[in-house]
Amino acid sequence: MTLLLAVAQLPARAQEAASPEEGDFDVSSFLLGHVADAYEWHITEIKGKEISIPLPCIVIEDGLHVFSSRKMAENGYTLNADGKLVNAATGARPVDISVTKNVLGLLFNAALLVLLILLCARWYRRHDVLKEKPAGLAALLEPVIVMIEQDLIKDVVGPEYRKYSPYLLTAFFFILINNLMGIFPVFPGGANITGNIAVTGVLALFTFMMVNIFGNKHYWKDILWPDVPIFLKAIPIMPLIEILGMFTKPFSLMIRLFANMLAGHIMLLSVIAIIFLTASMGPVLNGSITVIAALFGVFLDCLEILVAFLQAYVFTMLSAVFIGLAHQQPANETN
Amino acid sequence: MSLITPSFGLLFWMVVIFGIVFFLLAKFGFPVITKAVQTRSDHIADSLQAADEAREQLANLAQEQAKMIEETRLEQSRILKEASETRERILSQAKEDASAEAEKMLEHAKLEIAAERESAIRDIRRQVAMISVDVAEKIVRKDLDVSEGQLALIDRMVDEAEQAQLPN
Repeated sequence: MTLLLAVAQLPARAQEAASPEEGDFDVSSFLLGHVADAYEWHITEIKGKEISIPLPCIVIEDGLHVFSSRKMAENGYTLNADGKLVNAATGARPVDISVTKNVLGLLFNAALLVLLILLCARWYRRHDVLKEKPAGLAALLEPVIVMIEQDLIKDVVGPEYRKYSPYLLTAFFFILINNLMGIFPVFPGGANITGNIAVTGVLALFTFMMVNIFGNKHYWKDILWPDVPIFLKAIPIMPLIEILGMFTKPFSLMIRLFANMLAGHIMLLSVIAIIFLTASMGPVLNGSITVIAALFGVFLDCLEILVAFLQAYVFTMLSAVFIGLAHQQPANETN
Repeated sequence: MSLITPSFGLLFWMVVIFGIVFFLLAKFGFPVITKAVQTRSDHIADSLQAADEAREQLANLAQEQAKMIEETRLEQSRILKEASETRERILSQAKEDASAEAEKMLEHAKLEIAAERESAIRDIRRQVAMISVDVAEKIVRKDLDVSEGQLALIDRMVDEAEQAQLPN
């Protein structure tokens, strides 16, 4: 990503160098522009000309309005300071279900994931698993699926793991593919999807539902009437804490994934930004910093690949732990 | 700040997209794969167990075989011993029987010989008596005066008697 971005930004740098009086490189808008959602997919800038893909805006305000993001002004909408679509006249936020950069990225990654997994499943449908060893895509995905299911889900959730493994596997691969595509800098990758709180929030919400809809009697008893001295339950301190705990668990999942992926993107982008920040400090310093930043960027990219896998794994593992906790059998009934 | 305020549009799309992905993968994707993998691992476990059992059976078989060989060897030596004993017994029995038979035959022969001799002696006695009677008769029949004539007569008589006796 480092090198690609550096190459992609070369014209911009040349332009900046040519006209230093135009102002300093704006780091915060550079960072935010790359990690935030947008109504168009900015690809690059060539000789000061923006190259981006306009995306459809879908707005519900006195009926459904669908228009290209390039024609925002003609339809009476504009962007506010936060970069959100607002009514140009009133400044109010309409119900906005536009296909933004992240939505398009999500759609693409989801389609890719479904394609990969269904192709893999098709191999198993068409071949006798007792007579043939997996080949191609099945050989690639099977070890990962088996690792997640047998070593993680089965061990953590317990005997009822079969019921939950489809959800947990879906969550794992969904997060993994979005994380990996987030690191990939060229369209259709590079969208900061799992570093967006709405995305991680929905994932956490699904885990919350999985935990609480299928929780057993013991789980609910533990929340509402836990095994603690009676004065802790008479004034419902413990039940309150437990009920709070129901929500803090998925909340922590949401924040963990969001913060980790966002931080990863920002770190990488910051290293790149150093190159442009030093552009005005002379060719020697800028050149040496560029080399160091590029090397450091390579290192960070490798780290991010690890983090992409790790965060998907952690999310899945903690979801499995929470589901497992909701299915615990009482250790002894006499208590 | 826009980074930590979730936007409704993305929430909406995320629910829809993740919901669809979850439905598709949970229905047509992962169960197929995990079931197939489970089938295979069960099959492998079964095969391993079967192989283990077969190996155990084989070991048992070898043990049984060794036991059978051992038993056979014991049986063989027992039979050999018995046979030699039987031979010894038969031989000694035969020897005993033969010596007893020989004894008996010898006894028998002795008795017979004794009986023969007895009857022969009796016969001779009878013959001598008869000859004596004949001689006495002849002597009585002739004139007892002439001694020379008498002696010649006796001699003649004895010869005659002898000759008469001989053809018998």
